[in-house]
Amino acid sequence: MGRLMASVPTQTQAGRARSRPAGRDVPVVEFRDVTKVYDGGSVGLERASVKIGRGEFVFLVGPTGCGKSTCIRLLMKELEPTKGEIDIAGKTLNDMPRARVPYLRRNIGTIFQDFKLLPNRTVYDNVAYSLQVIGESRQEIRRKVPDILRMVGLSTKLHNFPTELSGGEQQRVSIARAFVNHPPLLLADEPTGNLDPETSIGIMQLIYRINRTGTTVIVATHDKEMVDKMRRRVVELREGRIVRDEQSGLYQPDESTTEFAIRLRGELGVGDEGHPN
Amino acid sequence: MRFGFFLREALRGLRRSSAPALAALLTVVITALVLGVFIPIVQATTGTANEVRNRVVVDAYLKDSATEADRVQVQRELEATAGVKSVEYISKDEALRELGHKVRDADDAIELLGSNPLPSLFRITPDDPDELNAIVAQIAPGGTPRLDAIDDVQNRESETGKILSATGLVKGLGAVMAGLLILASIALIANTIRLSVFARRREVEVMKLVGATNWFIRWPFVIEGVIVGFLGGVLSVVLLAIAKTTVVDPLSDRFALLAAPDTIDFPLLVVLLLFACVAVSAIGSGITLRRFLRV
Repeated sequence: MGRLMASVPTQTQAGRARSRPAGRDVPVVEFRDVTKVYDGGSVGLERASVKIGRGEFVFLVGPTGCGKSTCIRLLMKELEPTKGEIDIAGKTLNDMPRARVPYLRRNIGTIFQDFKLLPNRTVYDNVAYSLQVIGESRQEIRRKVPDILRMVGLSTKLHNFPTELSGGEQQRVSIARAFVNHPPLLLADEPTGNLDPETSIGIMQLIYRINRTGTTVIVATHDKEMVDKMRRRVVELREGRIVRDEQSGLYQPDESTTEFAIRLRGELGVGDEGHPN
Repeated sequence: MRFGFFLREALRGLRRSSAPALAALLTVVITALVLGVFIPIVQATTGTANEVRNRVVVDAYLKDSATEADRVQVQRELEATAGVKSVEYISKDEALRELGHKVRDADDAIELLGSNPLPSLFRITPDDPDELNAIVAQIAPGGTPRLDAIDDVQNRESETGKILSATGLVKGLGAVMAGLLILASIALIANTIRLSVFARRREVEVMKLVGATNWFIRWPFVIEGVIVGFLGGVLSVVLLAIAKTTVVDPLSDRFALLAAPDTIDFPLLVVLLLFACVAVSAIGSGITLRRFLRV
């Protein structure tokens, strides 16, 4: 928490007015009754409330179109909620002026299914760019970038272009880029969606290592195997609603939680087609 | 350090997407060339038109009986008339000499007549050729001159009317053409730049996602625009200079029209073209980006 507060020293008055005192008990991410309805009328998220504390590792699971990506994009302030409020580190995103959004994003590392690397830059330059953005000096960049690339296991491919790398390697680059300035929050939107199971494990290991350094991690995924193996907190979404939130859960709830979900929603058998097994 | 970084980014951008950059460069060169040729032509035309308009004069003929005192009084009166720029006295002898320039056998004719039949006259040049009729109306209201010493006032009406309407049309057309051409150039350059920026919109999106501020993304594009605009401007200026020294200068020694006095100085034209190229392409790339920065 302290890191996020410290690295956003020039918060505007508007942003500060709604913020609460930052302490250990303030969640890193809090959704309060958030609804997002897209322009076309389709519902991305419906009355979702969830708190995620510092250092947690959270899976957002559910079938395609259930609102996982909507959550991630709301947290990056790429989208504005239709109703409700989203807090990050005690600061309400709704109040944040547009000009502050880049400074918010510098404190959030992001990993995407399609990697989103800059195609005309080398691996080194791709990672360096997110340091150049925050005005890091050249010496610092020269020190940090090889370090982080060594951590993700790409120290031999510094000067390759993204198109010359495999999918797994590209994802490692994007993880390096997301983590190079040690953000307090890491968002991953289907980080293993394009990768084979073996490569996926390597990627998830990296994300887990990042989590171990104290970074809060939110992973949106439908990688059942991974969720089941890792046994972390699972938040399940269906048609925009949060239907399950349990510590060290499985991708699919066991019997009792299914019953709980049925009781919660008062209906049976919705959205099953998205689930294997 | 910041500027160095932006400059390196801009150079990288030009190198990595050289095809759209080349297209933009070519567009700048061509439009600047066309403008560089067209501006002096428009100016020469309006210059010539203005010169023709300045030949519009009113002649006030004196009676042969007018005395020296009358002449002085008439001159004073005419000079005091509103809208008159200058008054020139042409005596009988001068009028004859003027005629001698235009008509070959004038001297023989005068000899035959025995005396000089031409009246002495005041030639009145107006401030504004369009105000000519108002001046005539002041000197001779309703056709009869106010002063006794003046025999007649003539403004060669039909000739004047033609000159005024023809030169007015030429000037108006020139202005419209120049305006259209400048608009077309701006639109063309802006469009080409838009294409090259559009080709890189994904890149801009990624930059925004890692927390780059709008100006951090925009500066390299603006610098790219400056470089492309400047190179294009220099190239077209070089071509123009070659064309000027090899084609126009030798011709202008022979033809008066091309040496029309008030065309723009070449150095000024160069500066204007360069400035316009740089400004249009820099502002163009800065503005086009705005659409893709809204993520």
